[in-house]
Amino acid sequence: MELDNLYQEVILDHYKRPQNKKLATTFDAQVHHVNPSCGDEIDLNLVIKNEIVTSITWDGVGCSISQASVSILTDLLVGKSITEAYAIYDNFVALMQSKGAIKGDESVLEDAIALAGVSKYPARIKCALLGWMAFKDASVQAQAKSELG
Amino acid sequence: MTLDPSVIRKDFPIFDRTIRDGKKLVYLDSGATSQKPNSVIDAESDFYRNHNAAAHRGAHQLAEEATGAIESAREVVANFLGGETDEIVFTKSSTEALNLLAYSIGNAPMGNLFHLKPGDEIVVSEMEHHANLIPWQQLAKRTGTVMKWFEVNETGRLDLSNIEGVITERTKIVALTHQSNVLGTIIPLSEIAKRTHAVGAIFILDACQSVPHMPVNVKALDVDFLVFSGHKTVGPTGIGVLWGRANLLNHLPPFLFGGSMIETVTMTDATWAPAPRKFEAGVPNMAQIVGLEAALNYLSDIGMENIHQHEIALTKYTLDKLQEIDQLRIVGPTDTNSRGSAISFTLGQIHPHDLGQFLDSAGIAVRTGHHCAWPLTRKMGVPATTRASLYLYNDESDIDALVAATLGAQKYFA
Repeated sequence: MELDNLYQEVILDHYKRPQNKKLATTFDAQVHHVNPSCGDEIDLNLVIKNEIVTSITWDGVGCSISQASVSILTDLLVGKSITEAYAIYDNFVALMQSKGAIKGDESVLEDAIALAGVSKYPARIKCALLGWMAFKDASVQAQAKSELG
Repeated sequence: MTLDPSVIRKDFPIFDRTIRDGKKLVYLDSGATSQKPNSVIDAESDFYRNHNAAAHRGAHQLAEEATGAIESAREVVANFLGGETDEIVFTKSSTEALNLLAYSIGNAPMGNLFHLKPGDEIVVSEMEHHANLIPWQQLAKRTGTVMKWFEVNETGRLDLSNIEGVITERTKIVALTHQSNVLGTIIPLSEIAKRTHAVGAIFILDACQSVPHMPVNVKALDVDFLVFSGHKTVGPTGIGVLWGRANLLNHLPPFLFGGSMIETVTMTDATWAPAPRKFEAGVPNMAQIVGLEAALNYLSDIGMENIHQHEIALTKYTLDKLQEIDQLRIVGPTDTNSRGSAISFTLGQIHPHDLGQFLDSAGIAVRTGHHCAWPLTRKMGVPATTRASLYLYNDESDIDALVAATLGAQKYFA
């Protein structure tokens, strides 16, 4: 079924058993992002220590794509340096905007490769990117704060 | 006369195509926009092919024909609503029509009957589409007036228990939707209009979800202004209608300035043409106006009462069938009393976007999300809903397909 390309098993697993879905009480940056076209919302807390992403926690409401995507993101980016995290971020955004033209690099994206099918559904790309945009925003804020500090 | 959707569908060429690899199109999103019959598509095309020129300008035959075409359309719209020809203003959308009212009222100087002063009140409801909420909240901010609203109760009806506290002697404007685009609720209009006029306020009706679906007569409704949208009424996009009582349109200042809305112009001043021209600056959307005329003629030939009765019967069928589904909750009235054919629901923990995607894979088009009525979905305690909205070309087979696919989605996402 064509739909199975969109709803990969990995996505449904993360949707049903989301990772790191409990906001940590301490954080360097906290952001709230919404998808105004559908009402999906996410809160995301981020900790960066010595240029390493040490914690990403979140809470939110939304469809399986948006919820699974942020869950996958937390698994993927915690423990990475900020430089590595940004490289993965760029890779993922390029994949989402590819309209199905590129397959994505599984060695970089790991579980996030399961979201490749989303790129063929223009209405859902924002769902998949919601958590990633929140992460980028939070990381910029966290780094600005550490430079000020 | 009863209405046969299988015959009607033959008038709509879009039903000749298939969806997602050969599936029959089940179109349940007419609340967002309706499909178009051949007569509308042909009328628009014929205007461009044979009569195109700038209406109300030019001394040549084509200009005469273009002018004649849009003025004849104005008469058809007036007859359709039971108003006078000069009471029909063409806009690009109903959203623009509501903004026109908000800005025109905001422009009214002291002494004008529309003038707003700090402390005056504007009344809406929690079930407004953003297009009938934001123009008023922003007008309130600009003028120092106070926003008040009717609340929606858990069954999806307006709470009128405190009508005299909501509409008061300070109320200047009451702007309400006739039928909720999310819940399907039809409001108890006469009671509210009566109270509105008792305090000397004006009543503005957002009829986007009612004019396409039932007979609407502005005189019988006792409203002062009404807006509806062409594209939800089997007509083209890019055309909306504002109807207003002639004496009120005469006092209302214009909103958009420019060509053809003037009487005289000097370098430092201008005076206005009489309504409706005063509100129609610029060359109008002529082909769309002509298309709207064809759309209203199409609906009138079938009969608005026939369409209304068809939708009531199909809405009842839909409500009954959907409620047999485990964990499905209708968001809005569950009976057809004062209710239109927009039917919102939630399905257990399955997010509407996921359900909508699954339905799409079966060829079924529905709307998902907050439906441009975010305060309402928040009030109803849901982040989003799935909405099936019906029209004259839908029948029970469409609903059976919706039910079967919804059950399929429950298995898929279980």
